[in-house]
Amino acid sequence: MKTRNTVLTGLAIAIFALVLWLADKNLGGYAMRILNLSAIYVVLSLSLNLVNGFTGLFSLGCAGFMAVGAYVSALLTMSPEVKEMNFFLEPLAPWLARLTLPFALALVAGGFCAALAGLVVGIPVLRLKDDYLAIATLGFSEIIRVVITNLQGLTNGAQGLKNIPKFSTTWTVWGVAALVVAFMALLTRSSYGRQLKAVRDDEIAAEAMGVNVFRVKVTSFTISSFLAGVGGALLGHMITTIDPKMFSFMLTFNILLIVVLGGNGSITGSVIASILVTVLMEALRFLDEPLNLFFFKTNGLPGLRMVVFSAMLMAVVILRQRGLMGDQELTWSGFEKAGLLPRSKKGASK
Amino acid sequence: MMLETKGATMRFGGLTAVSELNLCVEHGEIVGLIGPNGAGKTTAFNMITGVYEPTEGKVIFTGKDITGKKAHSITEAGIARTFQNIRLFSTMSVLENVLVGCAVREKPTWFNSVVRTPAYRKHDRESHKFAMELLSETGLAELAGERATSLPYGKQRRLEISRALASRPKLLLLDEPAAGMNPQESIELMEFIRRVRDRFDLTILLIEHHMQVVMGICSRMYVLDYGVTIAHGTPDEIRRDPKVIEAYLGVE
Amino acid sequence: MDLATFLQQLANAASLGSLYSLIAIGYTMVYGILRLINFAHGDIFMLGAYFAFYLIASVALPWWVAFLVAIAITSLFGIALERIAYRPLRDSPRISLMISAIGASFLIENLGVVIFGGRPKSFASIPLFDTVVRMGSVQVLSVSLFIPVITILLLVVLLFVVNRTKTGMAMRAVSTDVEAARLMAIDVNKVISYTFGIGSALAAIGGILWTMKYPQLNPLMGIMPGLKCFIAAVIGGIGNISGAVLGGFLLGFIEIMVAAFLPALTGYRDAFSFILLILVLLLKPSGLLGKKQTVKV
Repeated sequence: MKTRNTVLTGLAIAIFALVLWLADKNLGGYAMRILNLSAIYVVLSLSLNLVNGFTGLFSLGCAGFMAVGAYVSALLTMSPEVKEMNFFLEPLAPWLARLTLPFALALVAGGFCAALAGLVVGIPVLRLKDDYLAIATLGFSEIIRVVITNLQGLTNGAQGLKNIPKFSTTWTVWGVAALVVAFMALLTRSSYGRQLKAVRDDEIAAEAMGVNVFRVKVTSFTISSFLAGVGGALLGHMITTIDPKMFSFMLTFNILLIVVLGGNGSITGSVIASILVTVLMEALRFLDEPLNLFFFKTNGLPGLRMVVFSAMLMAVVILRQRGLMGDQELTWSGFEKAGLLPRSKKGASK
Repeated sequence: MMLETKGATMRFGGLTAVSELNLCVEHGEIVGLIGPNGAGKTTAFNMITGVYEPTEGKVIFTGKDITGKKAHSITEAGIARTFQNIRLFSTMSVLENVLVGCAVREKPTWFNSVVRTPAYRKHDRESHKFAMELLSETGLAELAGERATSLPYGKQRRLEISRALASRPKLLLLDEPAAGMNPQESIELMEFIRRVRDRFDLTILLIEHHMQVVMGICSRMYVLDYGVTIAHGTPDEIRRDPKVIEAYLGVE
Repeated sequence: MDLATFLQQLANAASLGSLYSLIAIGYTMVYGILRLINFAHGDIFMLGAYFAFYLIASVALPWWVAFLVAIAITSLFGIALERIAYRPLRDSPRISLMISAIGASFLIENLGVVIFGGRPKSFASIPLFDTVVRMGSVQVLSVSLFIPVITILLLVVLLFVVNRTKTGMAMRAVSTDVEAARLMAIDVNKVISYTFGIGSALAAIGGILWTMKYPQLNPLMGIMPGLKCFIAAVIGGIGNISGAVLGGFLLGFIEIMVAAFLPALTGYRDAFSFILLILVLLLKPSGLLGKKQTVKV
């Protein structure tokens, strides 16, 4: 049974890689950009799902940690000349101005700095619960943003950073996304993953069963911040400009939309919803442009797209709270039960 | 001496929920804690298991002072409990609930969980084996894959006990294990508790309202009323104690 | 800094604090009853201002009629919001309710962008509010003096309603225990509708006064005041009306005074309230006037 599933998983990965390769060869830059953006959203939504869906901590701090990752990775990879061009109001701190690291290292550094921020924020804030936690994490995310705006000599303030090297290629972003999916699948199905879920289901019982609840929360929050930092860094290296405004609550909202739509506590749900939402966001772009509906013409209505998305989120929450997948996963044995795979002799084990 | 509380007192603002509690529980005993509603029994449990820190007094477990320790480290030290209103992990299966209990001895970290280190695999195999053993012992083996909260009430109680046993405790605290059971089920439960004690070499402290159950299995018992210990002794002594009769029936 | 500037800042702080209080009351009332952070409350504040704007600019109503009508419409809007977005989720986990509130907030904001247009609009000047009042060397806009007075009047009325009327008693009952209130034959839905109605009306008044003082409307104007007023409500002790007012004034004063006396920190202005929030949450989570809650095991 296990061997069959491993083979099937390997096969699926190979097919997906082939599709990516074909897409990369044949699709235009615009289409690839959307596809790659989906991969970044996979990373980000899994980061939020880890705290929100698996550990039951309602955090709204995503954007702040993304900002940390994006800035760190951008500043570590930009060449001294580009830095000089960016920092025309106030020069960049000299030790950083000359430093240029390889992308992989910078990406990890971005993740670690975000994780560190997560740890520092998490230790005080995770004593809070539910909506208090949500509002406090939102608060910290805003504080991070305000600090970035004001640290002119380190972040270039409100002007943001331009000409960040475009390192987020198809293979990089999907490679990272695949790693993160694998990480989450292994984590949530492990003994530690059960501790996360125990904390989510009943904190008091978890503590009574010997789970160090606070520590588990801080760990989950820190890992999630790491992933958010990596996602933010990838985003920066994709669109090549970042500024503090980009990392507002709006961004967290988009990611929350994906997590809720896919199903809180479902990895496959988040993956599917990431791709779905990113593609839909682009497909619905026409809504913001002038419409010609035979009988009546509208001038461009910027914002209509976001109206549709907000309405969608509400519809999902009100009508189908569990999202696409609930807290279930798409698994090979699930396909088997649905009759999409030939039945094995002994029934599915895992 | 398995457990000893020395003058353990719990105050909430002006209210003294438990005052000067002096419990002694010897290894292998089944001891009852009884008293009318609001007498402070669950508060006493909460002090012992670290949910609350006693305002005054001490809790000594196997000779070590555990007063004010965190609940999870007390579980690690060897005290496990169940709850008055069942608190199972609702999204998890029966087996997973028990595995969470096993994890105290595994001490998993996120890293060895993700990397599946050899040590992790070994612990994981052992835990699965032990969890299944426990479930067969408690008659829940066939239901291992079911969602915990889909079980009938009585089986949920058994599952909660199995989960507590999974942490390999020396002392087990049961908070009204027979609540909501009919007489037949209560008798089965008594049998079950005795069997579990013998099988796992446990000491048990239990809160119970069903007099039939308490009198049937406890070797000794303590009676609380308004937080004060008004009597303790063997079931026969308690049955005849005028203060206990007064507390339960009121004065004529 | 001389005395005149200080007094001027004091007047500014008092009016900003009053505006924060008006909005914070709505948060606190809704939280008291539904245990929900009504994320859309800031957007209701924005709608109140826009309704008044359009009633004056397009329908050409006299300004005071327009204000009253706008307040009424906003109030109904708040009630409708609860029916559509929150009532179906009343028995769901609180996270779902809150996500719905966030969704509603974004929906209203983006509808605002689509319908009202993203470009800022401004009110025609209303002489009564727009006169410069001189007291010695202190100069303030008349609206800055009206705002605290109106706020205090409204607070007195509100406290009377909550503490002395049957509706108020029902509100307090529902916020203490919904189930018990229902058993006592209190129409819980009606009480919740009233709460949203009153809270939204106060937000509308706040929104209108806000645009009198800071005369610019845009569809996203509710976000920051919304967040800050929620913070004010938490600082004061959420669920407690006087606490919301206290928190509102405190926040208004701190913001204005820090900006006035420590100009170097002005860039961090929007962070103050969040820092204050986190400090309060960590040191006294129940807020300055709130009651402590314990979890029963």
